[in-house]
Amino acid sequence: MAPPTSTTQPQASASDAIPAAEPAISLTGVVKAFRSGTETVRAVDGVDLEIGRGEFFSLLGPSGCGKTTTMRMIAGFEDPTEGVVRLDGRDVTGVSANHRDVNMVFQSYALFPHMSVADNVAFGLRRRKVPKAEITRRVGRMLDLVELGHRAKHRPTQLSGGQQQRVALARALVNEPSALLLDEPLGALDLKLRQSMQIELKRIQREVGITFVYVTHDQGEALTMSDRIAVMNNGLVEQLGTPTEIYDRPATRFVADFIGTSNLLRGVVSAASGGLWKVEVADGATVLAAELPDEVTTGSHIHLTVRPEKVNIGTEEPEGQVSRLPGTVTETVYTGAATHYQVDVGDGDEVTVYQQNASGSALVAERGERVWLSWPPHHSYALPS
Amino acid sequence: MSVDVGTPKAGTSPGAGRGRTRRRADWGRYYTWAVLAWLFAPIIFMIVFSFNDPAGRHNITWQGFTLKWYQNAFAHAELNEAMFNSVTIALLTMVIAGVLGTLLGMALGRFGFRGKQLTNLVMFAAISAPEVVLGAALLSTFLMMNVTTGYWTTVIAHVMFCVSFVAITVRARVITLDPRLEEAARDLGAGPWTTFRLVTLPMLFPGIMAGGMLAFALSIDDYIITSFVSGDVTTFPLWIWGATRVGIPPQVNVMGTLLFSVGLILAVVNIVMARRRRRG
Repeated sequence: MAPPTSTTQPQASASDAIPAAEPAISLTGVVKAFRSGTETVRAVDGVDLEIGRGEFFSLLGPSGCGKTTTMRMIAGFEDPTEGVVRLDGRDVTGVSANHRDVNMVFQSYALFPHMSVADNVAFGLRRRKVPKAEITRRVGRMLDLVELGHRAKHRPTQLSGGQQQRVALARALVNEPSALLLDEPLGALDLKLRQSMQIELKRIQREVGITFVYVTHDQGEALTMSDRIAVMNNGLVEQLGTPTEIYDRPATRFVADFIGTSNLLRGVVSAASGGLWKVEVADGATVLAAELPDEVTTGSHIHLTVRPEKVNIGTEEPEGQVSRLPGTVTETVYTGAATHYQVDVGDGDEVTVYQQNASGSALVAERGERVWLSWPPHHSYALPS
Repeated sequence: MSVDVGTPKAGTSPGAGRGRTRRRADWGRYYTWAVLAWLFAPIIFMIVFSFNDPAGRHNITWQGFTLKWYQNAFAHAELNEAMFNSVTIALLTMVIAGVLGTLLGMALGRFGFRGKQLTNLVMFAAISAPEVVLGAALLSTFLMMNVTTGYWTTVIAHVMFCVSFVAITVRARVITLDPRLEEAARDLGAGPWTTFRLVTLPMLFPGIMAGGMLAFALSIDDYIITSFVSGDVTTFPLWIWGATRVGIPPQVNVMGTLLFSVGLILAVVNIVMARRRRRG
């Protein structure tokens, strides 16, 4: 149910539009159960996904959420207990990894230490009996693409972590697979290198136009690089959508917590007027929300979220059609580009606010000061409870 | 054998021992040399006496330098035959125990299966059981099965006690082998056999070689088990043992020296190759 003039649900629209008629990868009702002793653990518990051609698709979630197992079923290292895996429309369930037209970049790179860089990259082409001259040409071109042409004769162990990473990428890409699977490929790199590799990966993906499936637990990485993200938890897809949808419209409390920082306010829906819901939160304050889930009516108890950077902080009571919430500053943290405020809004609820230090670094309010928080109604977002 | 004797002397490093600690005795260094001397004295004795020109039948007092034992190193037909037997048995043992031990080591290192603990137990039992017990047990087995002891029973016996050593060295290697490497090979289109040939085997090769060398060394100088199961066949250690009662000919020292040299050369080659690999 929505207020009288509410917009449509944003979730379904973009997600359904992107995959082409025949997706590059599709999983239907995929379950993977492992036996450990007498117990059966369902690492993947019924996943349906369609990944479009040329898409940069991320599987995002905490460790143990089933994202890597899902990827390993696409690669062919694990057979699903139930369900069907299709590549380019062809059912490949039960087909072994060496007969699948996908290649993987491993977290530990898994480069063959007893072979030179060039032999590592040529490995896949040699298995497919590509003519020697063509192998030499393609390996050379691929090593140039990852800027390692001068390292062709070295052993992988003589390269730095970032270089090994690029060799692993070249070794997979040279085969021109229909999809490239990347299992936390940047996890072992330091922050600076990781950030430059993110941009590099994105560039390479655009250049070669291959479908990328990217497994990561780093939400920043997923948001930066992906066309779409599937957020996984406990073997299930919690939410599927574009980075903006995932960030601005978390479908579940788990997604809201896992992606970025989000403020959670408990409240009771009190009234609807002028296309806006009124929600009473702690200490009798009222915030506004533009849209609420269908099942919500007046009197419902809900959880509202709002992202820290969407909230304004000031010492004067704000005017107009905004949510406004009084509180007391309990902590201020200066981070250079922004200042973070922790504000106690009563009933033990705390709201975090990120304020850009656009016009100097002076504090809006000191610790212990009374402040007003405000944000536009469309930034309040209700989570199903 | 590589022993690092180049430990820096205490007090000689710059800035470390100004004044007082300068003349401290370096017991670590003395001890190292003592151990080395203790280990190598018999071998050096053997090598030196291969150049001796003894007056009588016993080659135990230094008489004078000669190369004649090297010139007619293979003058004793029986000794030659014994040496030939020992070398071929050791080579066969190395190959057979190498293959069986590799397969066993891979199974133990990688898979969980029924009877795994039992296999481990049997393997360690084969290593730790006194040789005299193994020898007697093997002999009675062969007798019971009506097998005439000789060359092939010796090979079987040697393979039996060497296989565990190979399996243990290979297993250690398998456990540290990243399974992702094999997955990567599969992912790049290699079937199970190609993956084994191009990735698994080369990665395990140092372990297999070490196990094989160990098997060769254990086989070529085995006396106790061999004496039970060799029948009419004489091996190098058996021949020497027999000869001690009448006087060991200096050719024994010569062959011992040659064997030792081969081992030494292999070890040096191994070290040099490893260095070159590391340098690329």
